[in-house]
Amino acid sequence: MPVKVEKDALTGTETTGHEWDGIKELNTPLPKWWLYTFYATILFSVIWWILYPAWPSLTGYTKGILGSNQRLEVEQRLAEARARQQVWLERIAAKSPAEIKADPDLARFAMVGGAAAFGTNCAPCHGVGGAGQSFFPALVDDEWIWGGTLEEIEYSIRHGIRNADDPGARAAAMPAFGTDGILDRGQIRDVTQFVLSLSGRASDPAAAERGAPLYAENCASCHGERGEGMTALGAPRLDDAIWLYGGTAQEIEAQIWRPRLGVMPPWQGRLSDETIKMLTVYVHGLGGGQ
Amino acid sequence: MASIAVSRVETGAQAQAYNEDVVRWFTIATVFWGIVGFLVGVVIAFQLAYPVLNLDLEWTTFGRLRPLHTSAVIFAFGGNALMATSLYVVQRTCRVPLFGGPLLAAFLFWGYQLFIVMAALGYVTGVTQGREYAEPEWYVDLWITIVWVVYLVVFFGTLLTRREPHIYVANWFYLAFIVTIAMLHIVNNLALPVSFLGAKSYSLFSGVQDALTQWWYGHNAVGFFLTAGFLGIMYYFVPKQAERPVYSYRLSIIHFWALIFLYIWAGPHHLHFTALPDWAQVLGMTFSLMLWMPSWGGMINGLMTLSGAWDKLRTDPVLRFLVVSVAFYGMSTFEGPLMSIRQVNALSHYTDWTVGHVHSGALGWVAFVSFGAVYYLVPRLWRVQRLYSLKLVEWHFWIATLGIVLYITAMWVSGIMQGLMWRSYDSLGFLQFSFIETVEAMHPFYVIRAFGGVLFLTGALIMAYNLYRTTKGDIRAEEPMPVGAAARLAPAE
Repeated sequence: MPVKVEKDALTGTETTGHEWDGIKELNTPLPKWWLYTFYATILFSVIWWILYPAWPSLTGYTKGILGSNQRLEVEQRLAEARARQQVWLERIAAKSPAEIKADPDLARFAMVGGAAAFGTNCAPCHGVGGAGQSFFPALVDDEWIWGGTLEEIEYSIRHGIRNADDPGARAAAMPAFGTDGILDRGQIRDVTQFVLSLSGRASDPAAAERGAPLYAENCASCHGERGEGMTALGAPRLDDAIWLYGGTAQEIEAQIWRPRLGVMPPWQGRLSDETIKMLTVYVHGLGGGQ
Repeated sequence: MASIAVSRVETGAQAQAYNEDVVRWFTIATVFWGIVGFLVGVVIAFQLAYPVLNLDLEWTTFGRLRPLHTSAVIFAFGGNALMATSLYVVQRTCRVPLFGGPLLAAFLFWGYQLFIVMAALGYVTGVTQGREYAEPEWYVDLWITIVWVVYLVVFFGTLLTRREPHIYVANWFYLAFIVTIAMLHIVNNLALPVSFLGAKSYSLFSGVQDALTQWWYGHNAVGFFLTAGFLGIMYYFVPKQAERPVYSYRLSIIHFWALIFLYIWAGPHHLHFTALPDWAQVLGMTFSLMLWMPSWGGMINGLMTLSGAWDKLRTDPVLRFLVVSVAFYGMSTFEGPLMSIRQVNALSHYTDWTVGHVHSGALGWVAFVSFGAVYYLVPRLWRVQRLYSLKLVEWHFWIATLGIVLYITAMWVSGIMQGLMWRSYDSLGFLQFSFIETVEAMHPFYVIRAFGGVLFLTGALIMAYNLYRTTKGDIRAEEPMPVGAAARLAPAE
């Protein structure tokens, strides 16, 4: 096929003389800026290969004249970061949460460190800032299921609640009054009305009256005669507006029939001793610590 | 479809017919799978903004739908677009019908659709190798290998039997794409099935070798599937639609070989700051940087082909799709080398910035150049006078462009914010933000991104309607596109 070089009317550039399905090609030279930028990136790369580890060989690789080593660098930076905190962490290790709280500088460090650890480990259940969510108690108020002193909070964090991993886990559990056949449906409805009356909300006074002796017999030993709760057994208060598993008649009835029993993992062994102490101070300091 | 008159090619004494049936099928499949892929993308974008949309069903969780989306857009939409255009282009630029006849072409079409369906069924039912963009298990891998070899035979056979003295540049890119994807696919999917009848298999590689093999594959899936293949589309459809010669033959040679040689090394930049040795990371980064100009060679050749014909952009929305796709290509091939620099990657890695980068390439480049090609092809393949409505093409263009802009700007902001939040320390050395706080901070951008996706999908639905009416031979009565005062083609001084 004869090659027919033409001159493009618009650009004045010659074509290569080839044509495919009507497409021709101009024989424009490489744009200078393109070529020189390409060379520059190659030059940059060669310099980079001289400075940094780059080319493998049978026995190793070129190390580069800067002696850069990512693994060592990250270890160094971690070590530096640890060293900066070390002076604080040593003091925390040597003190109890109460002593930490009493030392303003140390307490400030513990609050910041506790907040960081809380965000990563606790917030998924207890909410950012300990605001709580359905089925997971808020930690910002002064109602504590298992106690709100520094010691009690620290114990809960270390051992967790109703888990199989830690023999020291807080373990008390509410019986399933319905599914275990302790109370029948009508009795549970009556107890529910009584429980509602404890926070002044009963809608059926007659049922609440029928429920009162049932409550005294089955519930009061843990939740208290007037629903004041008992932190030693993890029995929540029933005389206020705070409800872990919901406070409507239907939700309370469901809880008595077959209770939800929340669990929390033990953090001892997973988090350092210092971190647990900082968490304790942080949670205690959220607003409701006792 | 069968009743459509075939176009004839004069080959001396006898006339032979191009195989356009298979091109028509692949074109329909491109539009169909495109809409499926965009739709799933919109769904998972909303899932990220509102997790309740996972529906608590294993089949509809983000983890299963995400590979459905990526494979649907890359392999189903992109793959069908590549096959439709490559089989069209290779016949016309070689002036011979497809090698192997209509039966082999039909096998290629149905075999490829079967691959897509098998892969998709695996994703939603939880059958996966867990390798990004290579999720299908061994039985699908074997099937697509057969289909791919048939593709190579059809394409390469057509090249070998060509009636042109030279091979057109678009075909170099298509061939590089077909050959390299075959190599990447086979090596990355070397695996041992656990049992003959079971779907589960284990990779032949382990540890960091496995990771590097995967990203050698993964990055070159971008390089050869989504770049080289689509440059093939660009090299035919831009000069055709602009009715101008390709800007520079020399540039096309140099940037082709530079691109092919350099791309294959760039994969390690996906593994910065991991167990991958420093030297491999440095090589991955430097080869990515050197890739910048070879990538831009394609952009220059695409854009400068319009020199002397820029005014056509005002009147031809199809050309606008093609040209804007090249602009997006230029932008993402600048952003890519930038992100491969380790110091930049330290901020961008694992953030939404990467997602935004991928989508400026996928939506802006891959999808737009495909839309342009499909708008070019359909009136010609169905032998109708012209598209049903250029106004609708115009609407598609602006709605989709707005969608892309919303998408990528939202991901830039969200990604950079995410990266900065992750690395924020206070003066006592504690992290400033918990992971959950960074997730919460991204929510508004996830909503914007999902809305951008809805716009992009809307544009594609407009295109589908427009193309459907076009195949019926309908022509919408509308004002012609405004032509500027300047003469359409003004000669150079």
